[in-house]
Amino acid sequence: MTTSSTATAPRRATGLGNRQQLQQLLAFGGLVVIFVFFSVASPYFLDWANVKGILLATAVTGIMALGATLVIATGGIDLSVGTGMTLCSVMTGVFLANLGLPLVVGVLGGLAIGALIGLLNGLNVAYLRLPPFIATLAMMMVAQGLSLVISGTKPIYFSDVPGFGQLAGGELLPGLPNAVLIFFVAAVLAGVTLSKTLTGRYALSIGSNEEATAISGVDVRRWKVVIYVVAGLFTGLAGVVMASRLNSAQPGLGLGYELEAIAAVVIGGTSLRGGKATILGTVIGALIMATLTNGLRIMSIPQEWQKVAVGIVIVLAVYADMLRRGKEA
Amino acid sequence: MTDGPALLRATGISKSFPGVRALDGVHLDLRPGEVLALVGENGAGKSTLLKLLSGIYQPDAGTMELGGAPMSPTGPRQANELGISVIHQEFHLMPDLTVAQNIFIGREPRRAGLLIRDDELERRATALFERLGIPLDPRQPVSRLSVAGQQMVEIAKALSFDARVLIMDEPTAALTETEVATLFRIVRDFVSPRTGVIYVSHRMEEIKEISDRITVLRDGRYVDTLPTATTATREVIAAMVGRRLETGVRPAPPGPGASDGGSERDSSGHDIVLAVRGLSTRALLKDVSFELRRGEILGFAGLMGAGRTEVARAIIGADRSTGVVEVNGRPVTVRSPADAVRHGIGYLSEDRKRYGLLLDQDVVRNVMLSSLRGMTRGGFVRDADGRRVVEEMVDRLSIRTPSVTQRTKNLSGGNQQKVVLAKWLVRDCDVLIVDEPTRGIDVGAKDEIYTLLTALAAQGKSIIVISSELPEVLRLADRIVVMCEGRVTGTLANADADQHQIMELATRFGADRSLVTTGDPE
Repeated sequence: MTTSSTATAPRRATGLGNRQQLQQLLAFGGLVVIFVFFSVASPYFLDWANVKGILLATAVTGIMALGATLVIATGGIDLSVGTGMTLCSVMTGVFLANLGLPLVVGVLGGLAIGALIGLLNGLNVAYLRLPPFIATLAMMMVAQGLSLVISGTKPIYFSDVPGFGQLAGGELLPGLPNAVLIFFVAAVLAGVTLSKTLTGRYALSIGSNEEATAISGVDVRRWKVVIYVVAGLFTGLAGVVMASRLNSAQPGLGLGYELEAIAAVVIGGTSLRGGKATILGTVIGALIMATLTNGLRIMSIPQEWQKVAVGIVIVLAVYADMLRRGKEA
Repeated sequence: MTDGPALLRATGISKSFPGVRALDGVHLDLRPGEVLALVGENGAGKSTLLKLLSGIYQPDAGTMELGGAPMSPTGPRQANELGISVIHQEFHLMPDLTVAQNIFIGREPRRAGLLIRDDELERRATALFERLGIPLDPRQPVSRLSVAGQQMVEIAKALSFDARVLIMDEPTAALTETEVATLFRIVRDFVSPRTGVIYVSHRMEEIKEISDRITVLRDGRYVDTLPTATTATREVIAAMVGRRLETGVRPAPPGPGASDGGSERDSSGHDIVLAVRGLSTRALLKDVSFELRRGEILGFAGLMGAGRTEVARAIIGADRSTGVVEVNGRPVTVRSPADAVRHGIGYLSEDRKRYGLLLDQDVVRNVMLSSLRGMTRGGFVRDADGRRVVEEMVDRLSIRTPSVTQRTKNLSGGNQQKVVLAKWLVRDCDVLIVDEPTRGIDVGAKDEIYTLLTALAAQGKSIIVISSELPEVLRLADRIVVMCEGRVTGTLANADADQHQIMELATRFGADRSLVTTGDPE
């Protein structure tokens, strides 16, 4: 054993330690395996139109999963991202289609509704000390109900809002739908937030040991609210992208998306116990989910069986992760 | 070494973990009818050896024999069945179950193999307690017990197996003198020509009192086995650390006039950094008042449950309280630890793992946790600067870690404690409240912590040391506050304090301490 020496390893303190890299290799390897398998199994799989479809399918769940990663890093959980996303879609519809507000205002309004959902979640968790599961379960139901009430259970169409559909459907980079671009940019933002800002650092600290973090002088309650608000912004972004892609706000959608988002986070290697989180892993996890669903569909596997396959992949991914961790201990 | 018939023998045991060679060719032999003390600094390999003997780990090399027959337990359950019972340092109790349910968990008497017979369970527990002379109620939920009471449950549980070898890992860490006496009586009753005890402890006086021989480990290697009766404590410690320890007396703190102004002074002209007046909590504390001078170490002595930790938690705003706290002469409102840190008060908990460390995170993240807010540029954490600061601190406190990116759970107790200390030093706290600073820390590291605290006080930091070890308080403190049942019963200058006098104040109210925590006294 060596004594401390200051000269070793000058700087590699950039958030991604060896372990995390290994985990991402694991998840990434899984993605490659799935990709290769379907390429061999189906001639249509590697078609760019199909790959684009996979990326598009990843975008909305992926954006939600980014926010969920931050919350899960604290050891919490956010069940409200699915129906919350729907409420943000509906409200964007109200702002743009019903009230006729300018495009920018409507989009920012959608994001603000997401932040508001996060704020309420955060206040309930931090100050009322509700368990995150309960607080966000309640929000999930409230958001679902409000979406239906506000929309009168009917879809809101954006046909009369020029440019809104282009938001996600356009191609700023030729060949790549904006929705996918937005997802990647959002992922970079989330990654920086997690590894480089106080918000992310405190999220991981709270997830590692909430009591020690509090004793260290970090205002844990306030930062929890901040974290849930940031997560809510991603929910809002997902809502806007979803609405733009469908060129309508569908109040009946949303339920079940939260579980897909959480699955993506978990497959990526973020620990549900908190303290360990990786945005790159979440992105890969979201891609795995979408690729799997897409590939199975191309192979004409019935939708019911697709769900079974996804379930099995979740078990395998998390078990592989536990094996790896067991080796370290 | 004589080669008597061993009760338990381990020969040439080696065990490695990724990156660490925890044990390297270690021997141990326990003779029938003896108490064998196992000593060594933290990181010496004691815990690993115990875990091998109790089947939690399997050795990479070496053999183990029980009563002459080879054994290789593959799990704690199997070790139990072989007759090896372990009392671990950490409790493994289910707080919401009763005492009896905890003791017999996994082997409950059942009716028709299905329904648990709680009456029989309690009968067995009662019989066990009578045999051991422990005053515990089997129906009491464990969460209602004091730490000492929980320790007694662990001991009773270990002895409820028909054990031939009893292994105790620092069983007295949470016990007061009376309870230690009870424990030693239980140990002596247990030892017979067919049984033996392996006793791990850092407390030399106890080892002297209870053990027959002492096996010393250092850095994962076997050093020696010494007969207790004819070996001086000094020699044991020398074998443990491989060097001599300095013993020192505190230099006097800066006297009157050494201040840089701006703060209040007491009648004798000392700077008062922290003044606490009439601090009370609903549960325990009654009108606690004291003053902390600049550059002083103020000791807090008292029995378990006297309320010393509660005073600390009330001051830092972790628990609700009434009363006045003044920092540098100005009353301050402290509603949360965040407020306390803003006023320059840092707290090192007696429970490092729960309240002090992010065990899964590295040294840098731990040390910087309190200071991150001042370490950002444009919203981004300046990691490189943070790392430099931490590396300096690692040097200054001689924290032994392979690198600053080592996760803190891989450090020894002493080095973990230094990491927590470093956190407050980087934050530049003027007042440090250290609660049981050397709990679970080995002799060598203990000495380093003492030297550090003394040096910090000499540099003008003001330190409150809460400790259950009187020699520790007497060695470190300039003045000593003694508490009993939530009240301050006396404040002594170290010069005129002795153990006897402190104990008298600490038992002022003389109530019979029960193993059950009393609820609200009102």
